[in-house]
Amino acid sequence: MTGRPYRSAYGPAQRKEDARFIRGRGTFVDDVQLSGMLHGAILRSPLAHARILSVDPAAAEAHPKVKAVITGETLAARNLAWMPTLSQDVQAVLATDKVRFQGQEVAFVVAEDRYSARDALELINVEYEPLPPVIDAERALDPGAPVIRDDIAGKADNHIFDWAAGDQAATDAAFAGADVVVTQDMLYPRVHPAPLETCGAIADLDEISGKLTMWSTSQAPHAHRTLYSLFLGLPEHKIRVISPDIGGGFGNKAPVYPGYICAIVGSMVTGRPVKWVEDRSENLMSTAFARDYHMHGEIAATRDGTILALRVKALADHGAFNGAAQPTKFPAGFFGMFSGSYDLRAAHCQVTGVYTNKAPGGVAYSCSFRITEAVYLVERMVDLLAGELDMDPAQLRLKNLLRPEQFPHTTPTGWEYDSGDYARTLRVALDAVGYPALRKEQAERRERGELMGIGISFFTEAVGAGPRKHMDILGLGMADGADLRVHPTGKAVLAVSCQTQGQGHETTFAQIVAEELGLSVDDVEVVHGDTDRTPFGLGTYGSRSTPVSGAAAAVVARKVRERARLVAAAMLEASADDLEWTGGRWQVRGDPAQGKTLAEIAMAAHSSLDLPEGVIGHLDADTVYNPPNLTYPYGAYICVVDVDPGTGVVQVRRFMAVDDCGVRINPMIVEGQIHGGLADGLGMALMQAITFDSDGNCLGGSFMDYLLPTSVECPSWELAETVTPCPHHPIGAKGVGESATVGSPAAVVNAVMDALRPYGVRHADMPLTPANVWSAIQGTPVRTDLAFNGWDGRVGTNECT
Amino acid sequence: MQITVSVNGDAYTQEVEPRLLLIHFLRDELRLTGSHWGCDTSNCGACVVWLDETPVKSCTVLAAMADGHRVRTVEGMGMPGRLDPLQEGFSRCHGLQCGFCTPGMMLTARWLLDHNPDPTPGEIREALSGQVCRCTGYENIVRSVRWAAQYEAAGRDGGPSGGGPGETGHGPTATGVTG
Amino acid sequence: MQVPAQVEYERATSVAHALALLTRYGPEARILAGGHSLIPMMKLRLAQPETLIDINGLSELSYVTVAEGTLRIGALTRHAQLLDSAVAGGHFAILHDAEKVIADPIVRNWGTIGGSLCQADPSEDLSAAFAALKATMVICHPGGTRTVPAREFFTGPYETVVAPAELLTEIRIPVRAGGGSAYEKVGRRVGDWPVGAAGAALWLAGDTVSDAGIGLTAVGAKHFAAAEAEEFLCGAPASEESFARAGEIAAEHCTPSSDQRGPAEYKQHLAKELTVRALRRALHRARAGDA
Repeated sequence: MTGRPYRSAYGPAQRKEDARFIRGRGTFVDDVQLSGMLHGAILRSPLAHARILSVDPAAAEAHPKVKAVITGETLAARNLAWMPTLSQDVQAVLATDKVRFQGQEVAFVVAEDRYSARDALELINVEYEPLPPVIDAERALDPGAPVIRDDIAGKADNHIFDWAAGDQAATDAAFAGADVVVTQDMLYPRVHPAPLETCGAIADLDEISGKLTMWSTSQAPHAHRTLYSLFLGLPEHKIRVISPDIGGGFGNKAPVYPGYICAIVGSMVTGRPVKWVEDRSENLMSTAFARDYHMHGEIAATRDGTILALRVKALADHGAFNGAAQPTKFPAGFFGMFSGSYDLRAAHCQVTGVYTNKAPGGVAYSCSFRITEAVYLVERMVDLLAGELDMDPAQLRLKNLLRPEQFPHTTPTGWEYDSGDYARTLRVALDAVGYPALRKEQAERRERGELMGIGISFFTEAVGAGPRKHMDILGLGMADGADLRVHPTGKAVLAVSCQTQGQGHETTFAQIVAEELGLSVDDVEVVHGDTDRTPFGLGTYGSRSTPVSGAAAAVVARKVRERARLVAAAMLEASADDLEWTGGRWQVRGDPAQGKTLAEIAMAAHSSLDLPEGVIGHLDADTVYNPPNLTYPYGAYICVVDVDPGTGVVQVRRFMAVDDCGVRINPMIVEGQIHGGLADGLGMALMQAITFDSDGNCLGGSFMDYLLPTSVECPSWELAETVTPCPHHPIGAKGVGESATVGSPAAVVNAVMDALRPYGVRHADMPLTPANVWSAIQGTPVRTDLAFNGWDGRVGTNECT
Repeated sequence: MQITVSVNGDAYTQEVEPRLLLIHFLRDELRLTGSHWGCDTSNCGACVVWLDETPVKSCTVLAAMADGHRVRTVEGMGMPGRLDPLQEGFSRCHGLQCGFCTPGMMLTARWLLDHNPDPTPGEIREALSGQVCRCTGYENIVRSVRWAAQYEAAGRDGGPSGGGPGETGHGPTATGVTG
Repeated sequence: MQVPAQVEYERATSVAHALALLTRYGPEARILAGGHSLIPMMKLRLAQPETLIDINGLSELSYVTVAEGTLRIGALTRHAQLLDSAVAGGHFAILHDAEKVIADPIVRNWGTIGGSLCQADPSEDLSAAFAALKATMVICHPGGTRTVPAREFFTGPYETVVAPAELLTEIRIPVRAGGGSAYEKVGRRVGDWPVGAAGAALWLAGDTVSDAGIGLTAVGAKHFAAAEAEEFLCGAPASEESFARAGEIAAEHCTPSSDQRGPAEYKQHLAKELTVRALRRALHRARAGDA
């Protein structure tokens, strides 16, 4: 058949997954109802730090609708009370000796329905002996501070790790020889990804077959399966993890949570499926938070604005257990990227991790493993330097950005950036936003006492973890698989290990295969999320889907195409070398009349055609993609704000985002990812923070206080792009999922600080709520990690020199 | 207590506890899982449905309060074989990513267009300000509603010419239109 | 999502019936109107009434009318209805200003004026707006009705003068020509409770303030009002200087507490700043012949 005229499958295709979601026919974990299913609920500690004197479940067990109550003691008897975390620590599944953060899991009730389960929680009697909590991370290492982790033999303090990167001597030398040194303390507050769907699972252990089926909100179903096997002692081939539709992940759904283990144990104990889905307060108070880096930054430069070096000391608040999720060799994630996008002589950072009486986590919320913290630090320091030198922040950046001929570029902390034309991207942003006109307007408004600010952020990301010799999580190398089957009628099924939570994989990966094989996107089905039906892989986070699984999809499709070449040669009675792939089919070079489409080839491969050497009777192929390097998307963001000096209210008037994520498979989906990340940045800059009072009460436990940006705060995002293909990725794509979340907070904060310059304000920490902005204007910026009440000396310690 | 609620035109009579929330009645009793829930404090709007002619947060309404009343959920949008222009618009303009907030957004948008057929982007943003989306940054949601408004204004089948982003490229443009 | 404890449910068919049910079930019964204050509290189990008396069927309590020189708002009027009411906005722009910034559009569809007032949250916007307008509350009880000035309606955080067997049925505001009113609020985000908010209503005699009402919420103002500042303003010139001084006096008499929304000093500042802004806008409207 001659077929239709060839068109590239790349482009803004409508999404295949939309069909079910616009009809309300998605299948999220809480939508699933299994026959005989019970409901679980968790009793949580009201105290941040306390010894457990007794747990008495008797009254709850007597409730007519309660089937089981599981306590720390029950789990301890099965050796399940403590589970490994993703950072070589352990975390309590249900507390036994002590509770170590407000909201920590203490007991698990299994009942016939969710209302009864909730009622039964009140019938469990727990006696606590309160202990003094460690809440202020900056006091965690004080001599005599209460020791949180006395479960660790010999532990006498709250220290977790020290980690450093870069050349300290060279950095010190650069600072010593610098004309100008600017210093600033800054906090990246504790925030939380808060996907709209909370975390949950249904554990269904079939007593007869011994097979455990876990429906769960998991961004990494295979990794979870392996973890369950190792931890629970269940044979891995008898575990199936199904991640159905997921209502947002953002890193919140990467870890294994105590509730999942409790659901499994509940199913073991009752012999029935047990569903556990957390409340929003549980989600905010106990699941993986993000950030909480207390940073001391220094930047050294010459008088004419050449940046020489950066130096950072950071205190990382990891909460009560070290549950941060990042590759094993990187306890501070990829914070080493703090040298940013600039041509520096030297850089050095030192990070100290500490325990506090707060929930565990740290790596989540589109942080690209702490690059959010790193980019915020460097982009704030660059702006502070611009202020010190009285230099335009755009000019200062253009003067110091890495130049195209410097790529591939190895940074002072050992990262090899793949490709980039940074200055061009910044210029596109400056042009598109009308930068000179904005500065002129700002000057005019300042005359009238109006506060307008313009903030720039230029960021380089590192995503697509990663090469397995450098990167593993809990010993599992970060390579991902892809299986591609082609049916006799030429329809294809791609099974990938990564898992979508809204990124559109069912469409974009279908586009990749369609493009490589000359198929229609409708003819490619993407299977994901079910460990029984997909190859092994480490899951979706760190923007790794396109760089890793997308690469795997392209590689496996090319394998199929090469097999198809051999079959086509047999069909056309030509030599395989005489064939070329053009117009979506294999044809004899220069002779369009002699060509075959993949559908024709597929049918032939299954037929009685005499198959050539190297083809075994179908076109199917599989692969495991081990990325040779990370990929390095980058971008230039510019934010315009207006600040009301009488109230401190900040309005984001405009936000211009120019992203370079290499080749874009589906521009519509790429832009959607960017829009979402920009809203995150606005939210973190202006309103989001999980704060604590001095007793350790978590004050960000609901959406009444953990505020998320709405359609009214968000401007109409303005986007543009440059395209610098990734040299090592099969399609030249870099990935983009977290870029906007990484790059945007600094742009907003830089803009607000720029607006406040007439008041001599140099820095104030996020979130820049009206109260915090007003306090900064008064000259008394506040520590935003501590609640407004109940602390002494809450005024900030933002030292500037 | 026994309640009778008409949902998407069908009457359902069930024995419920007075404390049962309307969202749980819809999802757990009637198995209409298109409406979702996402918070504890009536902030997120994932649960928005219509009670009689009014969008409400069904997590903050008792099923008992709906006794004798009508409820409309996402499952009641559009007609058999034909999507509501909002459903079409949300797909064409990429107004959804994970899909969790989408039913609530569309139901509020439906009410808005019924009362204000030509809303400005500012009016759309204001109307949706009680509902949270974590994925889209709202821009494409606003475009989706504008698309539907224009489609309905044009009043003809097949949508306005030059439509949304879904009409270029190699994409499955027909997916979902003939629901 | 969190869920309420067990509760009984009754549906009232008239005001008299509601009162009878309240009497029968005693102080552990609660009126259920929009439920958007009560049900969230029940879900968090901060409120655990034994019986709910659903009054949503009492459509006779849902109205916004002007009769005999008085704006009358039925207690069951939804926030959205008040915002939409040309009658209300035409006489008192402050009511529209305030409704626009209360909660969000969906919550406003179902929450009621009476419900919000009876919840008596110390940060309730309508409490300040009605205080500024010196409104009167009408309360029904089995023996008849009684009226209570808005400024005597609240007895403490989450406490009003409405007794267990009583029902708030109407809010009344005398209509007077020539006034102007406005509401100014600062929140951390759209839909948030106020960090601080002020409402003002002004009547002029030439360039002098002949009468003033100033309401404040979330800043620890007694009875949600700035009585001392009002006293200062009456007879004073309608000028920036007067308003600035009025703002200072209003702030002096507030006792805000520090909380997640901000430190006490900031709220004190807002009391002053927002009082000035509300007065300014009220003046502008009075002079323009708006409301």
